[in-house]
Amino acid sequence: MNVSPLESPLLASDDEAVFTPRVPRVKITRLTKRFERRGVIRALDLELFPGERVALLGANGAGKTTLLRILATLSRPTSGSVSIAGHLTHKAPDKVRAQIGVVAHQPYLYEDLTAEENLRFFARMYGVADERSRIDEILFMIGLISRRDDRVRTFSRGMQQRLAIGRAILHRPALLLLDEPDSGLDREGARVLERILGYQRTTGGTVLMTTHDLRFGLATADRVLLLENGKIVLDAPATTLNEEELDERLSSR
Amino acid sequence: MKGGLAKISMIIWKDLLTEIRTKELFGGMLIFAVLTIITFNFAFDMTGTGKEASGAGAMWVAFNFAGFLGLGRSISLERDKGSFDGLLLCPVDRGTIFLGKFIGNLLFISLVELISVPIFAALFDLNVFQPLLLLALFLGTLGFAAVGTLLAVMAASTRSREVLLPVLMFPILLPVVIASVRVTTLILTGQTNDVGAWLNLLGAYDVLFLAISYAVFDRVVEE
Repeated sequence: MNVSPLESPLLASDDEAVFTPRVPRVKITRLTKRFERRGVIRALDLELFPGERVALLGANGAGKTTLLRILATLSRPTSGSVSIAGHLTHKAPDKVRAQIGVVAHQPYLYEDLTAEENLRFFARMYGVADERSRIDEILFMIGLISRRDDRVRTFSRGMQQRLAIGRAILHRPALLLLDEPDSGLDREGARVLERILGYQRTTGGTVLMTTHDLRFGLATADRVLLLENGKIVLDAPATTLNEEELDERLSSR
Repeated sequence: MKGGLAKISMIIWKDLLTEIRTKELFGGMLIFAVLTIITFNFAFDMTGTGKEASGAGAMWVAFNFAGFLGLGRSISLERDKGSFDGLLLCPVDRGTIFLGKFIGNLLFISLVELISVPIFAALFDLNVFQPLLLLALFLGTLGFAAVGTLLAVMAASTRSREVLLPVLMFPILLPVVIASVRVTTLILTGQTNDVGAWLNLLGAYDVLFLAISYAVFDRVVEE
């Protein structure tokens, strides 16, 4: 095939998620997280809808990663509730995990397995039905099909990040949680990410991403949230915001 | 249940494949176990009547310490590289993840024992290839791996994990260590009357701590 990974129709074969904009995909109610006595997330309320791409901005220590870890069921809230695709995280965590894909600072990959073995392992763990074709599809999309039999240990940081993105979307999640997905990405990786974000939008998938790159956040997101001391202090469409004002606001904190 | 077994198999497959390629755990554990057996063999008087008791102690010291080494490393390697969080993100019951890691650890320790036991038998000139002794060995290792897997996960997220793991494990493992050494000595000396009671104790311990570890694993891995 002489088609570039980004021009391939591979994503078009995916089952489209049900696009119901008024029913929130994520509903966070009075969420609080404390580490010892320090409140990291404080009585936070938030709704995210299908098809939305939301940038979560904030200074270091604002609570962005903690919020993402709670949504990913890796961290238990001190109080409050989180519902994802109709399932409460504390009541049906397995059902929630089946609905989310996560890209974090660490790639969550096994360095001594090959790219294909990593994807096969996660495909089985997620119960992906069309495992073989889906793995081929993902490897092609992230531009690593020629490196499928190479161990992840031999990959550059950018290639590992691309594979991490591939792992996160392998099971076609309804909610994609991206913690600074642009960090460490090579040029091809940035294009892959851009395409995936576009695809999530058209299929009704929700994306919540943190980033320190305001330009990237404003360019890729529909909605921007600003988190300060565990509370959302700004919630606005990306088109109504400008980079300088946001930068000033973040720098003043 | 079928799905759960398939996922447990995948976790074991992943751990075995990683170990075959890196040899980070098994080599160290085996060398430690064999070296301990050899050292004790030279230290003890092998001509007297107490060689069975000394041998039983030496064998369990070797296996337990090799186990500490392997358990600590097996979880901390995965924690340090962040891949453990990737595993926790999978839509499977956390108990399934525990069972996968536990069986993997049990396999590694058993493999070390499989190679070390004949060396032990030759050096100490003891007949260890008795069904009852092999059962005792299995039950002792099972309890060790069950408690060890849970505590290794707890200790792996701390700074002083190498020290913390044995400190946490020692008081909980004491019944299994005492029962294992005692039953091994009884079998090696041919006093099989009390063996049943000790084996029952080991079996009960294994069932209890396997169930507890399975049930609390979810709490242990979450922040």
